[in-house]
Amino acid sequence: MLNRHELLEKHGWLLTTAILVVVAIGGVVEIAPLFYLESTIEKVEGVRPYSPLEQKGRNIYIREGCYLCHSQQVRPLRDEVERYGHYSLAAESMYDHPFQWGSKRTGPDLARVGGKYSDEWHRQHMIDPRSLVPESVMPPYKFLAEKHLDFEHIEADLKALRAVGVPYTDEMIENAKSDIQTQLDPFADDYDAFMARYPKAQVRDFDGDPRTITEMDALIAYMQILGTMVDFETYKAEENYR
Amino acid sequence: MAHTRVAQRGLGTDGMLIALALGIGVFYWLFVAARAIDPLMSFHAYVFILAFIAGLFGLVMYATKPPADETGYQTAVVKAGVFASTFWGVAGFLVGVIIAFQLAFPNILYFDQLGWTNFGRLRPLHTSAVIFAFGGNVLIATSFYVVQRTCRARLAGGLAPWFVFWGYQLFIVIAATGYLSGVTQSREYAEPEWYADLWLTIVWVVYLLTFLGTIWKRKEPHIYVANWFYLSFIVTIAMLHIVNNLAIPVSIAGSKSYSLFAGVQDALTQWWYGHNAVGFFLTTGFLAIMYYFIPKRAERPVYSYRLSIVHFWSLIFIYIWAGPHHLHYTALPEWAQTLGMTFSIMLWMPSWGGMINGLMTLSGAWDKLRTDPVLRMMVVSVAFYGMSTFEGPVMSVRAVNSLSHYTDWTIGHVHSGALGWVGYISFGALYCLVPWLWKRKDLYSRALVEWHFWISTIGIVLYITSMWVSGIMQGLMWRAYNAFGFLEFSFVETVEAMHPYYIIRGTGGTLFLIGALIMAYNLWRTARGDLRVGEKRPYMAPQPALAE
Repeated sequence: MLNRHELLEKHGWLLTTAILVVVAIGGVVEIAPLFYLESTIEKVEGVRPYSPLEQKGRNIYIREGCYLCHSQQVRPLRDEVERYGHYSLAAESMYDHPFQWGSKRTGPDLARVGGKYSDEWHRQHMIDPRSLVPESVMPPYKFLAEKHLDFEHIEADLKALRAVGVPYTDEMIENAKSDIQTQLDPFADDYDAFMARYPKAQVRDFDGDPRTITEMDALIAYMQILGTMVDFETYKAEENYR
Repeated sequence: MAHTRVAQRGLGTDGMLIALALGIGVFYWLFVAARAIDPLMSFHAYVFILAFIAGLFGLVMYATKPPADETGYQTAVVKAGVFASTFWGVAGFLVGVIIAFQLAFPNILYFDQLGWTNFGRLRPLHTSAVIFAFGGNVLIATSFYVVQRTCRARLAGGLAPWFVFWGYQLFIVIAATGYLSGVTQSREYAEPEWYADLWLTIVWVVYLLTFLGTIWKRKEPHIYVANWFYLSFIVTIAMLHIVNNLAIPVSIAGSKSYSLFAGVQDALTQWWYGHNAVGFFLTTGFLAIMYYFIPKRAERPVYSYRLSIVHFWSLIFIYIWAGPHHLHYTALPEWAQTLGMTFSIMLWMPSWGGMINGLMTLSGAWDKLRTDPVLRMMVVSVAFYGMSTFEGPVMSVRAVNSLSHYTDWTIGHVHSGALGWVGYISFGALYCLVPWLWKRKDLYSRALVEWHFWISTIGIVLYITSMWVSGIMQGLMWRAYNAFGFLEFSFVETVEAMHPYYIIRGTGGTLFLIGALIMAYNLWRTARGDLRVGEKRPYMAPQPALAE
C-alpha cells in the first residue's frame, strides 16, 4: 500500500486529482441531502418573504455586522426556551439569503426579539445603548436615525432574491417601492393590499419621525418581525420530529 | 553624442497575457464605474482601475530594464511576501487589540458619528487581516520558497508569481476597505462580496497553476511531503471558496448580492467552508511550513515517512466532515450534527499524527531548544497545535458544545490555534527566511527573538486562560437556576461579569502585538545586514584562522 504511494508522489496531476476526490466526499454526503430530504424543513404556517422595508432593514443588519455578536437561533435547551422563547425551526429561515444564525452571543439572541420591546425602546437603545442598559458593550448606531434609506433599486433586490428562490410575485416586485412607504403609514391607501401581500407585517412609523424614511425605520421594522411569523398555537412539533 | 542602445528585457508571453488581462480589466471597471448603482461599487471600481493601471505601469518598468539572469531561484517575490506578511501581521494584531478593548471599554472606544469604527465593522477586518492577509501571505511566500527548493526548479510562469502576489494584495485592499464601508456578505471568514470573490478566484487559479507548473518542472523524482500539504491547501480552498460564495448579484454594477442558498442549507455550506478554512488554510498550509522549516532548522530528517502518508490522507479526508459541529442544537437535522461530531472526534488522531511527526523530528536535536529560540518557537507552535486539536474535538461533543457554544470559550480556542500554532510557526518561518533570502550570516539579534518569544507566550497564556474562564462562566450563568426554579441571571448580568476578563484578554493581545513589533524590527535590521554588537553567538562556528 505504502509502496503504491510512490505513484502519487511522482505525478502531480494524479496527486491533485486524488486530493480533490478525497476532500469532496464529506461535503457531498453532508450537504447534498439537505436539498432533497423533505424532513429537513418543517411544515409550518405563516413564514413569508420579508416585506421590502424588512428586507432593507435586514441588509442594514448585515452591513453593520450585527450577526457577529447576536445569534438568531434558539436552541432546544430549557434555559434558552425560557429566556428567548420557542426553539428555532429550519422553516423560519427558509427565505433567509444569507442565513443569520450567528456564532457568538456577546449580546443576546435575537431570533424572537420581535414584539418584545417597543419601537421607542429600540430607537433609544440603538442611538445610545448604555442610556438604557448601563452594562451594555454594544456600539452606538445614532447615524442610522439620521441617514435616509436608499431604496431606489429595491425592485432589483427583490428580483435577485426571486432568482435565488424567494417566492416574490410580480405584484410584490411592482409595488416594492410604494410598499416601503405604505408600511410606514397605517393610513395609506394601499394598506389592505399590502397586508394581503405581507400578512402580520407591522405598519407604523418606526423611528418616531414620520417626516423622513431612515435606515432606523427599516432596521426596527426588521427587528419587530423577527420570530413572529410562525403561529406556534397551530404548530405540531411531533409531526416534524426527525 | 552617440547613444549606445541598451538591451531591454521586453515582455514574454507571460507578461503579454498579464498586460492584456489588466487592459481588459481597466475597460471593464470603467464600464462598471460609469453605471454603478451604489457609491461603494463605484469606489471599488476606481480602486480596481488604479491598481490595474499601476500593474501596467509596473510591467512597462519591468520590460524596459536590462535583461537579468533568470535561471536561478525566484527569490524576489518571496522577499516581497516576507515584507507583506510582517506588515499585515502587525496591522491585523493591532485591529484585534482595538476590538478587544472596545468590548472592555465601550464608553471610550466607540464614537457616535464614526460608524465604520464599530465592532461589527472592525471584527471582520481583524479576522481577515490575520487569517488571509497575514496567514495568506506567509503561505504564498513560503510555498513559493519551499516548492522551488524541494523541486530544484525555478518558479514556473515567469511573471505569474508576481501576478499572484499583487493580485492577492489587491484582494486584501478591496476586502478591507469593503468591511470598513459596509460591503459584506455576512459569511464569517468569507465576507467579501461577489466581485472580490471572482477576482480572488482568478488569482487563486494562477497560484495553483504556478505551483503545479513548478512541480512539473522538478528535477527531484519525488514530490516532497510539504508540497502535498501546500497542494491540498490550494486545491481545497479553491473548492470551498467557489461553492460557499455562490450568489446572485443585485446588479452587475452593484456591490450587493444574495447567497444562492437559504437558511439551513446556507448555514451548513457556510460552516463546511468556515471549519475547513481552519482545516485547509490554517492547518494543512501551516503543516507544510512545519514539514520544511523544522527539519531544516533542526538539521534532522522528518521523523516518519509512513506517518506523514497516513496522517496526510486521513487528515484531509476527515476534516471536511467536521463543519456541522458549529451547528449543534440548531435547526440543522440531527443526523448531520451527529456526523459532524463523530468526524470531529476522529480528527483528533490525524491531527496528533502531524504533531508527533513534527515534534519527533527533533529526536537527537532537543538540545538546540536551549540555544535556538527560533526552533523553540516552532516547537512550541507544534505543541499549541496539539493542544488546540485536542480541545477542538472536546468542544465538538454535543453536550460540551451546549455549554461552550456562543461563548468566549470558542474565541479562546481559536486563538490558541491562531496565536500559538499559526502565529508561532509563521514567525519561525520568517526568522528562518530573512537570513536565508538576504544571505545574512545570522539574525540581527537572537536576544530579541527571546524577548519576542517570552512576551508573546505570556500574552497567549493571558488570552486563552481569560477566555476559558469567561466562556465557561458565561455558559454556566446562562443556564443557572435559582431555588424557585427561575433563571438566576439576566443576560446583561452575564455581560457585566465578562468585564475583568475582557481587560485581561486585551492585555494578552497587546503583549502579542508588542512581540510582533520586536520581530518586525529584528527582521528589518537582519535584512539590512546588521549584527547586534556584543551578542554571543556560540552556535556559530568560529572562523578558522588563516594558515600561516
